[in-house]
Formats: sequence, structure tokens, C-alpha cells
Amino acid sequence: MDPIALSVDDLTVAYHRKPVIWDVEFDIPQGKLVGIVGPNGAGKSTLLKAIMDLIPRASGRVEVFGKPYHQSLHRVGYVPQRESVDWDFPVDALDVVTMGLYRRVGWCLPIRKKHRDAAREALARVGIADLAHRQISQLSGGQQQRTFLARALVQDADLYLMDEPLAAVDAATEAAIVELLKQMQADGKTAVVIHHDLQSVPDYFDHVVLLNMRVVATGRTQDVFTNENLQKTYGGRLTLLDEATEAMRRRERGI
Amino acid sequence: MSEHLWRVLSLQDHNTRVVIFGTAILGFAAGLVGCLTLLRRRALVGDALAHAALPGIAGAFLVATALGYDGKSLPLLLAGATVSGLFGIVSILLIRRMTRIKEDAALGIVLSVFFGLGVAMLGIVTQMNRGNAAGLESFIYGKTATMTESDARLIATASALCVLVCIALLKELKLLCFDEAFAGARGYPVVLLDIVLMSVVVVVTIVGLQAVGLVLVIALLVIPAASARFWTDRLVVMMVIASLLGMTGSFVGAAVSAMLPRLPSGAMIVLAAGLGFLVSFLIGTQRGVLVRFWRRRQLNESIDHQHLLRELYEIFEHDPDRVSVPYEELLERRSWSRKRLRRMLEQASRNGWITENVSKMEFALTDRGETEAKRLTRRHRLWELYLIRYADIAPQRVDRDADAIEHVLEPEIVAELETLLDKELGKTRMPDDPHAGGVGS
Repeated sequence: MDPIALSVDDLTVAYHRKPVIWDVEFDIPQGKLVGIVGPNGAGKSTLLKAIMDLIPRASGRVEVFGKPYHQSLHRVGYVPQRESVDWDFPVDALDVVTMGLYRRVGWCLPIRKKHRDAAREALARVGIADLAHRQISQLSGGQQQRTFLARALVQDADLYLMDEPLAAVDAATEAAIVELLKQMQADGKTAVVIHHDLQSVPDYFDHVVLLNMRVVATGRTQDVFTNENLQKTYGGRLTLLDEATEAMRRRERGI
Repeated sequence: MSEHLWRVLSLQDHNTRVVIFGTAILGFAAGLVGCLTLLRRRALVGDALAHAALPGIAGAFLVATALGYDGKSLPLLLAGATVSGLFGIVSILLIRRMTRIKEDAALGIVLSVFFGLGVAMLGIVTQMNRGNAAGLESFIYGKTATMTESDARLIATASALCVLVCIALLKELKLLCFDEAFAGARGYPVVLLDIVLMSVVVVVTIVGLQAVGLVLVIALLVIPAASARFWTDRLVVMMVIASLLGMTGSFVGAAVSAMLPRLPSGAMIVLAAGLGFLVSFLIGTQRGVLVRFWRRRQLNESIDHQHLLRELYEIFEHDPDRVSVPYEELLERRSWSRKRLRRMLEQASRNGWITENVSKMEFALTDRGETEAKRLTRRHRLWELYLIRYADIAPQRVDRDADAIEHVLEPEIVAELETLLDKELGKTRMPDDPHAGGVGS
């Protein structure tokens, strides 16, 4: 049995007291490439954010390498959704990648040459070293995604949490990112990746979490990525759960 | 009068000098802080804060005079302003959290109600006419003329402190403004950083009240930062430019107001900053409208040149024995108007790419022109070939797509295409015209 990289236990998250994920529970062994799959509004991004304490949990416990997140955060790299930031921000690609090193640079201290060199190296790893000084709005969607990836890589973390890194990127970028993921796995890293394209799941990931507000199934891809489970995740509406949510929301509004 | 003017201009008057420099440092700080709030999309918080400060100013005056203190002592008034300003911001947050009213509406409600309350309280103060309340209304429109030396020193010190905080926490605040979620994931105390940023805004706004006035102080936070964005794509440069613009605007505004005491300094400062914005908007080197217009024109012109040279090259390629091409034939090759083709030909001739006969109706490529035409045609065909081979685009549609994209092809991409299409190129290193239907291959 591999040691556990990420352990989520009984996690429930609510926005404005409206539950978004219920009783989510799974363990991710170290060194796996994990796909998180589920329909829109299934709470995939919420799950990642709750793991990193970015939003308050209603209940539950998260352990990263056997410790609470804030004790292991130096071992975790995060790639947020590309749409979550303003790409018109006055910085270049190298600046963005350097942000991954700010903790290492230290509070109030300026960025030094060795940090910039590390950032350049990370950009080279994602194949856009020549775009280091391009303003980020001048990058294509795929290049922006690579920049975000480089920012996580430069941390040299052990667990990577990625929110749709393969959404709306060109084929070349997708291939490059997948190649990178495999390489990271070969280096013993763990990656948990929200993914939207069901077709490619078995090719890219050896482990999946099927999520629709709750965990429908989790385990090795060949065991759990079945039609039946997909049906349960995407097909039948979770009527009871939906109704409960709606009822709570109505009551909330009535107050 | 002229003597007064000279004293101000030469900054001989000690008090004027201190006041103007104090205001200039305030402008510097506001420009710097403004960059961060603008990028954090919190620009209007300063406005709400400033308007909500008025009841506090009137209230502080009333309480202080009632207790027998000097009601017009600046630190006291500003303390009152801070309390009621923060109270205004808390009201906005409460309205937003407890009701379904959106932030902009909440802002409008709080801003106007607090300002109304402040004006009413100021009216009462003047009515009671105790302890000489004249001068309090200078907080509405700003008046550097009523500033004392110690006031100016207070303003300058507080502003300088804000600058120091922003510089010390530059990278943390930058990360907060760019990607809050990532900052949180890296373990930064996001809420604390936000509070620091807001505190800096509060300090700049509050100490700016007297110089710029609460109606206009928001301008000092927004205008220099927005102007600076026209000049650069780098945050640090933007901050330097915004600070200098804010400083210049405040300096000029305060100086003018000192010369002509009837002109409120706030209005003068805002007008000076507005002038800076207008100039940046027009001629800013990164995003100014003139630069963008000029760049588009340059692109269109270079597209025209490339089309012309390619047409000429293809005519001569098709029939190597030809000596020249008549104007009318060129005109038919593309949807050029007569005037436009004429202009293009003249430009090409000036560039030394083509030669023309005496009547200027027959044209041929010079050696230089041929080299350039060959390079352009080659680039165009490489791109077309790439689209046919690798992009699954029907060959009939290729030309339009190639036209749209190849004009912005960079040398690296051309080099990449060459390696990709190495086999197709053969010895001549020139691909055939995909439209020619196999001629020559």
C-alpha cells in the first residue's frame, strides 16, 4: 500500500448555507495521476478550494501527507482556473511564474536572480521560455495555461491540485501538459486534476474521483470508470439531494 | 498682487512651500496606492469612505468645542472623519451581506446618506456659530490655503508611511490583486493583506480630505493610476508613473490654488490630474489611442505592401520572360481601388522595390524588390502549406486564412514552419503556389 498523499474525510461545504458538496470522502495514494470528473456544478472547484482552506467547511477533515493543509502547504502546488484572474494585469509571464516562489523569497524581500532563474527554468519546462517577457494578455489561451502550470512547477511541490488545466487549450498544449503530468508522476509527484473531457480520462489518469455533490465512485480508473458509474454521476438527477438543497435555500430566503 | 504671485512662484513663503510639498507627497502616495486599488477593483471604496467622513468631521468639531478644546485641530477632525468613514464602509458590507442589494447600490445608498447627514450637521454647526466654524466646509472642496504648516507635516508623514508600506509589501499585495485564490493557497493571510491595503487607502483618503476635498479625493486615487496604465505593461513602472503624475497634479493644483486663493485646491488638483489623463489617453506609448491608431495603420499598410509585392512576384514567376506589368492588370488582381493602388505603388517605388516607366503605367521589380517579394511570397506559401497539411482546412479557403494570419507571423514561427515542412520545400526552398493546380510540381 502506497502512503496517502491526500485524505479527505466527511467533507461538507456550503455557500450561504446551501450545501455544495456533501460528505465527500476519498484517499489519494502518493504518485498517482488523479482525474476529478463530474458535471457542471458538481462542486469540483469547491472541493479543491475546500482542501486548501480557501473556503470554510461546514464539516470534515482534510489531511495532506498526514498533516493539516496549513502545515503541508509548502508541498502543495495549485493551478487555479484560467478564467479566475484578470489577464490584463500589468505583469509578464516571468512575473506570474515568480509568484510561485514568493513564500520562498520571504515577506517584504525583493526577488533575486536565483528566483528569476528558477522561474525561467519552469517556463522552459512548459515550453514557452521565449515568452518570458511577454505581457500576459498577449499570450494565447494555451500559453496562459502553461504559465499557470509553470507557476506551480517552480514550487517543486509533491502534490499538485489543478483546476481544469486542459480546458480550452490547443492540441499542442494539451499534449505538452499531459506529457508533463506523466513526467511528474515518474518523479514521484501526485497530481489531482479536474477534467472535463470524459473521452480522454482513461488515457490520462490512473485514478479517478467521480463527483456529483457527493463522491459517486473513487479508485483505479479501470475499476471505477465504468458506464454504470458515469450514468450515476451524469445521468440521473440526484433528486432527493436536489430537493433538500432547494428546500434549504427557500427557507433561507424566507428569513 | 504681483508681489504675492512672485512669492508663491518662487516658494519664498515658508508656509506655502510646506503646504505645497505636503500636498505633492500626498499625490505621490495616492498615485501609488491607487494602482493597487484599481487593480484590486476597489477603486470606489475610497469614494464611499470620503463621503462618509463628513458627519465625522462635523461631529468631531461639535464634540471638541463642547468640551472646550480647539474644534479645528486637524488630528481631531481627521480622527472623527476616520471613525465615520469606517462606519460607512461597515454599513456597505452589512447591507451587502444581510440583504440582496448589490455592492454598487449599497455604495450609492451609504455614500449619499452619509454625505447628506454631514451637510446637515455642518449646517447646524454654522447655525450655532460657536467657536468660528468657518473653514470646515473647506473639507468638501479642499482648500490648501487654510492649511497650517503642522497640518502639511501631518499629511506628508502619513502619506510617506503609506508609500513605505506599499513598497515593503509590494510583491504580497501584487499577488493579492492578481490572484487571491493562489495567494490563499500559498498560505498568505489574504484577509489581513486586504485589510492592510484598505488601511492604506483609508489613510490616504483621510489625510487627502483637507487638500483635495471629500468630493474629489477619489480622483487622486483613480486618475493617476488609470493614466499610468496607458504608458506601460509593467506594474512597477505603472506605479512610478502614477506616483509622479499624482505628485505633479497635486503640486500644480496646490500651487495654483495658493496663487489664487479663491480657486479651491481640490478642483485645481483634479483638473491638473485630468489633463495628465487626457495626455496619457491620447499619446500613451502602450495603450494610447493615437498609438493604437498608428499601429493599425502601419499593419494595414504593410499588408498592402505584402500583397502588392506578392502579386508582382507571382506574375513574373508565372511568365519569367515578361519585363513589366501594366497598371490596369495589377488593378484587376485584387479588390484595390485606383487611389489605393496608386498610393501603394508610389510607396513601393520610394522604398526602391519597383521601377516604373515614364508614364508610370508599367511596373517591374528591382533586385531589392524581388528579394523582398520572394521572402514574402515564401512566407505566405509556407503558411498556406501548413494550413493544408496540418490544419485540415479545405485548400480553397486557404488564401483568406493565410492572409489573415501570415501578416503577423514572427520569424520564430516561420523558422518552425520551415522545419515542419522541410520535405515539401525541396531544393529551391520555395513551395509552389497551392492555387496553381500543380503547375511546376
